[in-house]
Amino acid sequence: MPFSAQPPASGERYALSASLDNARHLSSLLRAVHFQDHATCFATASGLRVTVEDAKCIQANAFIQAEIFQEFSVQEESVMFRISLSVLLDCLTIFGTSSVPGTSTALRMCYRGYGYPLMLFLEEGGVVTVCKINTQEPEELLDFDFCSTKVVNKIILQSEGLREAFAELDMTSEVLQITMSPDKPYFRLSTFGNAGSAHLDYPRDSDLMEAFHCNQTQTNRYKISLLKPSTKALALSCKVSIRTDAQGFLSLQYMIRNEDGQICFVEYYCCPDENISEAEL
Amino acid sequence: LSRIGDELYLEPTESGLSLRTVNSSRSAFASFLFAPLFFQLYEPGIAGPDTELFRCKVHMKSILGVFRSLPSLEKSVGKCLILLKPRASRLVLQLHCKYGVTKTHNLAFQECERLQAVFDTQRCTSRLCAPARVLAEAVVHFPPTLAEVTLGTGPGGKISLQNYVEEEAEPRKTMVTQLWLAEDEFQSVAMAPGSHITFCLKELRGLLSFAEASNLPLTIHFDEPGRPVVFTLDDTVLEVHLVLATLSDLESDSESALTNGASHVPTLSDDFADDLESYMAAMETSEGGSGGPPSP
Repeated sequence: MPFSAQPPASGERYALSASLDNARHLSSLLRAVHFQDHATCFATASGLRVTVEDAKCIQANAFIQAEIFQEFSVQEESVMFRISLSVLLDCLTIFGTSSVPGTSTALRMCYRGYGYPLMLFLEEGGVVTVCKINTQEPEELLDFDFCSTKVVNKIILQSEGLREAFAELDMTSEVLQITMSPDKPYFRLSTFGNAGSAHLDYPRDSDLMEAFHCNQTQTNRYKISLLKPSTKALALSCKVSIRTDAQGFLSLQYMIRNEDGQICFVEYYCCPDENISEAEL
Repeated sequence: LSRIGDELYLEPTESGLSLRTVNSSRSAFASFLFAPLFFQLYEPGIAGPDTELFRCKVHMKSILGVFRSLPSLEKSVGKCLILLKPRASRLVLQLHCKYGVTKTHNLAFQECERLQAVFDTQRCTSRLCAPARVLAEAVVHFPPTLAEVTLGTGPGGKISLQNYVEEEAEPRKTMVTQLWLAEDEFQSVAMAPGSHITFCLKELRGLLSFAEASNLPLTIHFDEPGRPVVFTLDDTVLEVHLVLATLSDLESDSESALTNGASHVPTLSDDFADDLESYMAAMETSEGGSGGPPSP
């Protein structure tokens, strides 16, 4: 254990207690979903899921499985609370955000249960910081009812090919239009901004395309302001899977490899924009 | 070009694709002419007996957005296709990038008249030619906010560059920077003794950066004060012209002449107004006027 300060005496049962040698494994993932101030944490024996939502149309989830932690125990079946993600991130990065190789912040997280604050013990270079963050009543989360059996189109791309595209999206366009099709243009991202329209086409035989399973031609529009935050997750990831269902709901799943080579996932779900009209070409 | 004007004029001609711009006060005009050889494929379209080749203008910001990050463009873009679609009112720029990815931009354009400044470098009495680096290094000494600079001759055949100071300026509050360049720094010099010319430095800086980056010598053509100064760059596949208005000598005209972005409207003498008509960028395709054959 990297701590000289002892965690609270045994005998007190914690609903959730976890230890992590490198807090960056958690903070970098949480940053990838940090587009709203508040998040809902949901912990089970398999790990921790942090959910952020906006406008009742978009939901992002960061999954940190139990194996990533050095110690992870959940007393009840599951533990759920709402917390300020901004404050949580500030605490996790209290020793600074630059990643100097060899140094890392160690973390111990304890949560006694409903009504209690989340306790964080952070240590770096012998200096210990204790944080207590208030928790709130969890709110009901959106259920996109998105499952693999209902997927109409799916592609897996190497993130490298999309990163620049997302960073340079024409933000004067209100929507991002995604076309997926077994025929040309196969996979197309379109914007309709002040200067005119722009289309980004990825052919099915591109080196970037790891998997291409498109059965039906679908064109859907999503509010660009809602999808833009996913650029952070894209930047961290090595691969991304893009799936749509019959109603045009979009699922983006990002595979992220951390400093130790462990794999975590971040996913974004988004509803299609209501006013769907004929695509402008 | 974006350092000079807000709109980019595209004019395909038989001798190549011309990209032009003019500044808001019409005191600076620039054109880049790319010869057909510059392109892998160049089809300017067919001009009929009554119709001219189609031309258009687009907002500078729109087209800059297409070519956003130069370093990454170099690494990832293989080729660029430019199509003008008059019927769809779209200028299409298609970038073919690595991994088979295609980026297509459909930009809205406006129809426009021919943008042409009337000038004739053959009739200029003075000419200087130097590697762009020499001039770029010289202008570094002037503050970035400086408007006008005077280029002139001095004793011993030296060439001087000095910031222009207005008559009304208080001597105690003014800083004068003067730079002397030896004739041998230039590739060629043909300047009448005592000749000088004053122009706006701001618009020249953009061209200097381009010239330095492309390692081309810069030629400066000028005549009497008040007549435009022309900066040219020449290459086998590229011809660049920058035409700037210049300050008239105070002896011949008591008002101060055009300076870029002047907030006051100068009252001009009739003589000067005539010069203005002849030498400033003409928006009409009417006959060039008295200045001799327009070029290019």
